[in-house]
Amino acid sequence: MIFNFIFGRHKSDSKAGAQALSDLKVGESAVLSELEVSPPIAEHLMNLGFVPGLVVKVLRSGPGGDARVYRVDGTEVAMRRDLSRHIHVELLGAPAFGD
Amino acid sequence: MGVSTMSCHAVAQPRDEALGSYRTIAVVGPPNSGKTTLFNRLTKLRQKVGNFPGVTVEHHTGYIRDANGEEVALIDLPGVYSLTPKSEDEKVAVDVLTGKMPGTAAPDAIILVLNSTNLHTHLVLAARVIALGLPTLVLLNMADELHNQHGHVDVLSLARELGTPVALVSATTGEGLIAVQNFLSSASPSPEPLELPVMGSARGYREWAVRVGQNAGYRRPATPVWTARLDALFLHRIWGPVVFGLVVIGVFQVIFALGQPLSNFLQKFLDTTGVQIGNHLPAGMFQSLIVNGIWKGTGSVLVFLPQILLLFLVIGILEDSGYLSRAAVIADHTMSRVGLNGKSFIPLLSAYACAVPAIMATRTIESKRDRMATILIAPFMTCSARLPVYTMVIAAFLPNHPLLGPFLGTRAAAMLGLYVLGFLMAVLTARLLKSTILKSKDAPFILEMPPYRWPTLASLGLRLVDRGKAFLYRAGTVIMLVSLLLWAATNFPMHHGQPPAVQDSVVAKVGHAIEPAIRPLGFDWKIGVGLLTSIAAREVIIATLGTLHGVDPESHATDLQAALKHELTPAGAVALLIFFAFAMQCMSTIAVVRRETNGWKWPVLQFTYMTAVAYLAAFAAYNIVGHFTH
Repeated sequence: MIFNFIFGRHKSDSKAGAQALSDLKVGESAVLSELEVSPPIAEHLMNLGFVPGLVVKVLRSGPGGDARVYRVDGTEVAMRRDLSRHIHVELLGAPAFGD
Repeated sequence: MGVSTMSCHAVAQPRDEALGSYRTIAVVGPPNSGKTTLFNRLTKLRQKVGNFPGVTVEHHTGYIRDANGEEVALIDLPGVYSLTPKSEDEKVAVDVLTGKMPGTAAPDAIILVLNSTNLHTHLVLAARVIALGLPTLVLLNMADELHNQHGHVDVLSLARELGTPVALVSATTGEGLIAVQNFLSSASPSPEPLELPVMGSARGYREWAVRVGQNAGYRRPATPVWTARLDALFLHRIWGPVVFGLVVIGVFQVIFALGQPLSNFLQKFLDTTGVQIGNHLPAGMFQSLIVNGIWKGTGSVLVFLPQILLLFLVIGILEDSGYLSRAAVIADHTMSRVGLNGKSFIPLLSAYACAVPAIMATRTIESKRDRMATILIAPFMTCSARLPVYTMVIAAFLPNHPLLGPFLGTRAAAMLGLYVLGFLMAVLTARLLKSTILKSKDAPFILEMPPYRWPTLASLGLRLVDRGKAFLYRAGTVIMLVSLLLWAATNFPMHHGQPPAVQDSVVAKVGHAIEPAIRPLGFDWKIGVGLLTSIAAREVIIATLGTLHGVDPESHATDLQAALKHELTPAGAVALLIFFAFAMQCMSTIAVVRRETNGWKWPVLQFTYMTAVAYLAAFAAYNIVGHFTH
């Protein structure tokens, strides 16, 4: 599934393996790598489980494709694309920790 | 609370070494940990409980007895994910825990409620709370869900890892709550401090939480199948908004189809009782004061109780079941177009019942500017206090004809129109605010989706009792006071021991004084008096007009609707409806905005803006409708 994802899409502005969370399709998973957001927002996201190293999965998208619901380590969280495109994920590799 | 920080410490030092008992315990936990349900269960205190993250915006205090029969204060804190205050909720929690909350004793122990079905996320908070160094009891809530979904945790291992007592409990079934009593009677004067690893980063905390979880043999339960199935429907591209629309329509249907007959029944009951009370009193001023002043005035407000309770019941069910968070996701798409996000949806929906709880609920909005914008537009939502005014005026002027068969009559359509009007003005105002004084980058919309749960009768019941009391308190104080003032103003100055004719009374003089200002809207002095008294609360205008007409010989025999018809042209009636749709006639709302914004600037601005909009719109309506009806 992950390989289909990598080779099935053309995204010139990002190197293979590193993507924004907003680029994932519904049903796909990736490992969180970096939160490129202001410190209070990053803090809130990490409290909810969006910690670099954990696996995030796109569960479903709301009406109009925005906001989408993600799952990290058992917590389901909704957010818009305007935020998820600042959250970077790694497509390859096993999670650094957790499950 | 009454116990100040000072006096508590004065008692705390020499006390209890032998007895071993805590005086003040803070109940802390993340949103969706079931903390409030647990608090209600322990204290039997009425308090809101919800599935929507951050629904508990104020901390409540309850009392339980320990084994020695001593009273222990439990402080319920807002749900927090961390102890670095980001929102108002977190600030309240941190202030109480560190003893910085004025008027609240610093807690000498903590009950930490965590959701056992989501332990990794919640253990992060545990690290920060335990690090405070207070004796802490960790309750792993929702044990029933954990077991039903085949999750597992070894309580003893976890207790060893955390260095605190740990118990697996269920707030809904009461399972395991004996641990709280054991904790109360085992108070140790100096807690053993937990040697937590140095954790600077959030990742460090999380890695620690995962490791602790692993050492305690934690196995996360499977996601309930129903949550996934329901979300597939409720967040569906097409069906999601359809269900959302049906839910909103359903809410209103319940309020009108069920609430209206109940209100009518209550009205009849109150009228009959008023007559009976009058019969038992000697005729004269005193009888008039009791029956016409107090009973009628307060009764005219009491009749909303069924509708208000029904609305809070419906919102309560939506909140406790978890649907409200999904509704926020659905609404987010639309809300983002006016510069707000889905989190404003819950306060704004509540504002259809009453702006006061709605404005209090805005504390969950982290962005200050979004929160302010939501506060400023909430009173445009058609609150239940406007209903009786709309109902009365529409019934007086508009014959009911079917428009869409049995589904929609002209009166219901007019009512719907007024709801839409208020909503449109709110949207317009939001756009205006967000593009001028409250301009900001869109605050990120981040919302946790709790699993679906059955709302419990106990929690719904407690909420209704709580809301009902708050409303009755308002009716019993502010509105009774205004009723009394008005009664006095209509019965003075006396002539030879008799009340004056209404045109000679104090109230008439005030009404006549403001008549020139409202004449352009088609209102006479009686409506003017109604507008003045309705600043106390919108619905008071009905009691006022009732009192004015009740003592007016010209219309003594006719009922209020006929009297209104006598007094207003159709154009004036439309103007009155529109004035009520837009004006901020509610002392309680003004007071709560002052409290929530910490000053008079915003409430004064809001009152001025809403009154100006109401006046201009009513003026325009009077002239436009007048042009066509002449």
